[in-house]
Amino acid sequence: MTVPPVLPVFPSGRLEERLREKKPMYAPAEALAEANRCLYCHDAPCITACPTHIDIPSFIRKIATDNVLGAARTILSANILGSSCSKVCPVEVLCVGACVYNHEDVPPIQIGRLQRYATDTVLTTPAAKRLFLPSDHIGRKVALVGAGPASLACAAYLSLNGVHAEVFEKSAFAGGLNTTGIAPYKMAAEGAQNEVDFIRSLGVVTHTSRNVDAELAKHLLETYDAVFLGPGLGPDRALSIDGAAGSGVAGATAWIEKMKLDPATSIDGIRRAVVVGGGNTALDAAQELAKLGVPEVTVVYRRTEAEMSGYAHERAGALHDGVRFLFGRVPLRFVRDGEVLTGLVINGSDEEETLDADLILVAIGQARLTELVAHFPGVAVEDGRIAGDRATGRTGNPKVYAGGDAWNGGKEVVNAVEEGKIAAQSMLRSFGVDVTLVQRPKTASPYETTAPIPHH
Amino acid sequence: MADLSINLAGIKSPNPFWLASAPPANSGDQVMRAFDCGWGGAVWKTLGDPIVNVSSRLGAVGYAGRRMMGLNNIELITDRPLEVNLREIREVKRRYPNHAVIVSLMVESKEDWRDIIRRSEDTGCDGLELNFGCPHGMCERGMGSAVGQEPEVLREITSWAKEFAKTPVLIKLTPNIGDVTEPGEAAVRGGADGLSLINTIKSIIGVDLDKMVPVPVVGKGSTNGGYCGPAVKPIALHMVAALARDPRITVPISGIGGINGWRDAAEFIALGSTSVQVCTAVMHRGYRIVEDMIEGLNDFLDSRGMASVNDLRRAAVPAYKDWGELDLSYQVKAHIDADKCIGCDLCYVACMDGAHQCIHRPWETPIEGNSAPAFPQIHAAWKKDGAFRVPWVDETECVGCNLCALVCPVEGCITMTHVTPGVPEETWNDRIAKGTNVVPGGLRS
Ligand SMILES: Cc1cc2nc3c(=O)[nH]c(=O)nc-3n(C[C@H](O)[C@H](O)[C@H](O)COP(=O)(O)OP(=O)(O)OC[C@H]3O[C@@H](n4cnc5c(N)ncnc54)[C@H](O)[C@@H]3O)c2cc1C
Ligand SMILES: Cc1cc2nc3c(=O)[nH]c(=O)nc-3n(C[C@H](O)[C@H](O)[C@H](O)COP(=O)(O)O)c2cc1C
Ligand code: SF4
Ligand code: SF4
Ligand code: SF4
Repeated sequence: MTVPPVLPVFPSGRLEERLREKKPMYAPAEALAEANRCLYCHDAPCITACPTHIDIPSFIRKIATDNVLGAARTILSANILGSSCSKVCPVEVLCVGACVYNHEDVPPIQIGRLQRYATDTVLTTPAAKRLFLPSDHIGRKVALVGAGPASLACAAYLSLNGVHAEVFEKSAFAGGLNTTGIAPYKMAAEGAQNEVDFIRSLGVVTHTSRNVDAELAKHLLETYDAVFLGPGLGPDRALSIDGAAGSGVAGATAWIEKMKLDPATSIDGIRRAVVVGGGNTALDAAQELAKLGVPEVTVVYRRTEAEMSGYAHERAGALHDGVRFLFGRVPLRFVRDGEVLTGLVINGSDEEETLDADLILVAIGQARLTELVAHFPGVAVEDGRIAGDRATGRTGNPKVYAGGDAWNGGKEVVNAVEEGKIAAQSMLRSFGVDVTLVQRPKTASPYETTAPIPHH
Repeated sequence: MADLSINLAGIKSPNPFWLASAPPANSGDQVMRAFDCGWGGAVWKTLGDPIVNVSSRLGAVGYAGRRMMGLNNIELITDRPLEVNLREIREVKRRYPNHAVIVSLMVESKEDWRDIIRRSEDTGCDGLELNFGCPHGMCERGMGSAVGQEPEVLREITSWAKEFAKTPVLIKLTPNIGDVTEPGEAAVRGGADGLSLINTIKSIIGVDLDKMVPVPVVGKGSTNGGYCGPAVKPIALHMVAALARDPRITVPISGIGGINGWRDAAEFIALGSTSVQVCTAVMHRGYRIVEDMIEGLNDFLDSRGMASVNDLRRAAVPAYKDWGELDLSYQVKAHIDADKCIGCDLCYVACMDGAHQCIHRPWETPIEGNSAPAFPQIHAAWKKDGAFRVPWVDETECVGCNLCALVCPVEGCITMTHVTPGVPEETWNDRIAKGTNVVPGGLRS
């Protein structure tokens, strides 16, 4: 069965097309050499460090034994978005950071790149059809809100287990932030789109340009056996200081989305850019601007370097790109010459200081989507997250499950996938399908399955 | 999903993957964990009269930074009491009725063989494997390879076992012999239901030059041991194939030796094995490797449209021929893909010093009468700045030995191209038949 593409083809002339991949696909010889370096550790710490608990030594060994299809199967059965995760995961603080080679001062295994090799090799060939056996429909259907990683993962595991899964996405593109937010030098929008096509090939139905409002929410609750909420976070928080309104100032995720998808977005004439914030979105935006050729990019953060929530490896990447950091500075007002933005006034160590700027991106966090939640009776928001049981994905409404950024407050794609998987497993169990999708690191198994032999 | 189940001389197994008789199949706890991981069968560590073992017992060679390419051991048969082993075998068989449990045996006298066979079969095991292969320690006592190297003794002990046994009897052969078909044929004559091979190859793994004692060191001395692991696979494959194509060998084969992944297993099966046994790879990485073996074999069979592993068995046996039956008209020539070449010139030096001087550097000219490929073409393909280093093959001179393709570090860069389509086949045996088997330049011409 060939799946007709529903996603619009991205127009050319977008800024993201100018950025090269930082970690391109391994050639077979590279993959083999790296795979053979893996020690195939017992109860490997890299598995524990992966939020989806992919059996990393097994998939790497399968690359080494020329069982690449099996490697992809091992990855995808634990993480159905293993292809995008291989490119976007902060592996330095996850699997790769836990590799035992770090203790020997030997370069750790490049798990992400091997994962990409296995998944992208298989997903682009007809062998992808042999990954999973189709299962019979069990006569149940689930609606999923938002086509981001959380919903896509949940829908895929439901579909693989015979549940009809339909995803409702308000924007014109499926994929969520994988399509609209990921730094292009990690993964371009096409990469996210190809993965969505794979998810659809598993039987998942995606409806784009379908905002779930009060009316649709009611309909979903009435006609589906369960509903999954994966709406992610809301729009960028604004910096409410003087001069914010007008051109030249944008929310970072909004600008990133336009940089990735809208060919009308340009950086022509931008000589100096300032990014306000200390998280990974700020670091991404700064690196993107620098790599796109903006000569001067400055990150302004109100606290100290040590207090930045952005990863050290992203900070190092930004420094490598020539990004300048100003710590302990608070933005006071935007400076404009008429309509035109010319700079940002910050309070320096003891006096005010003006940074010249043609473009200022604000990356101080995203709002929460409380409005959507209000359409689902019984579902509550606590501390900015949808409230419920983290072990099962259940919310206060027995029919409604949740996962992803809206559920965890904003983490990584890989966490969204795991939470989507947890919810899928809970739903399946409530439908009477006893599956184990959620793996525990193998500390005891399979060694605990066998009872000791009685010695009489 | 292909059907992996097999039936070897009446021994049924859900898949062809068995643990070889060795430390991984030493105890009930281990064998059950192995079955839980997916192994289809196990040949229990050899039972016999209790022995003592030494410390240390193992030595290994690595290759190019990878450990345990070859493993050597001076361990004897089981050092656990017979009663304990038998009780555990019975328990394993009770808990895993559909897995293959085979008991490996090694004793001396006819009475001992009768007793141990009866007591073994009382456990409910699926079959027996007589260990005529161990090349160290036990052979000094007239057992193991001391039997395997004497076809008539082997035949006689086999026939004793057949006299007493109710379950299938497999004979485990030693590779420490000139022609493996001799003991193989003797075993079949003795009534063997199947053959297992290879056991380990007599070896000294190395010398501790500080202590001036061979490895593995046992105090002030050492002894020769048995060699196994990935390094022995080619030897084992040949021996399996030699038996598989011998018309006198009418019984199924269990292939052993250096099996590490599904591809090795597929090769053993294609050359005539019904089941495959694994020791070193499990000692290195644990029982869990079987998941990849099962999956890889399954996907391979699916990709070839084979519904059962039995369709793969012997698939390559007809193509294993004597030298005299090879087609002398078949000719391949090395071809370098200038786009892929990275200019290491390993092929050049290999052919220059180790083969037939047919590969040349860009500025060298062909010998008179021969031609070089068009240089501008390969120049254009050379993307990097600096010296142009892509060598070229004088196809007239190239004898088609494969050496350059073997040394080339770039996958798919040197291909051996078949250049003689349509040329009639002619073998050396054909020439003998025609009386044209004389090559000028020898003693008599
Ligand atoms: C700039 C940026 C860079 C990032 N980089 C990385 C990275 O490199 N690596 C990494 O692992 N993580 C990264 N993340 C985090 C990661 O993208 C998120 O954790 C992940 O996408 C969360 O998945 P989700 O499914 O919960 O939500 P999202 O990906 O946000 O998807 C939610 C979807 O729901 C839709 N939606 C919302 N409301 C409705 C509604 N009412 N009706 C219908 N549809 C609706 C939205 O349009 C969206 O498509 C980054 C985040 C940002 C902002
Ligand atoms: C430590 C060790 C002990 C072994 N003990 C036995 C034995 O008791 N009986 C036997 O038949 N073979 C024994 N073998 C040989 C293996 O069963 C097997 O034939 C050999 O190792 C080749 O397979 P491999 O390359 O997969 O290791 C032993 C091998 C090793 C390494
Ligand atoms: S910790 Fe490192 S070496 Fe060990 S299995 Fe994981 S990737 Fe391989
Ligand atoms: S492997 Fe086990 S038995 Fe052998 S030396 Fe190490 S600890 Fe001792
Ligand atoms: S060995 Fe291969 S890569 Fe090296 S020079 Fe020869 S053809 Fe080129």
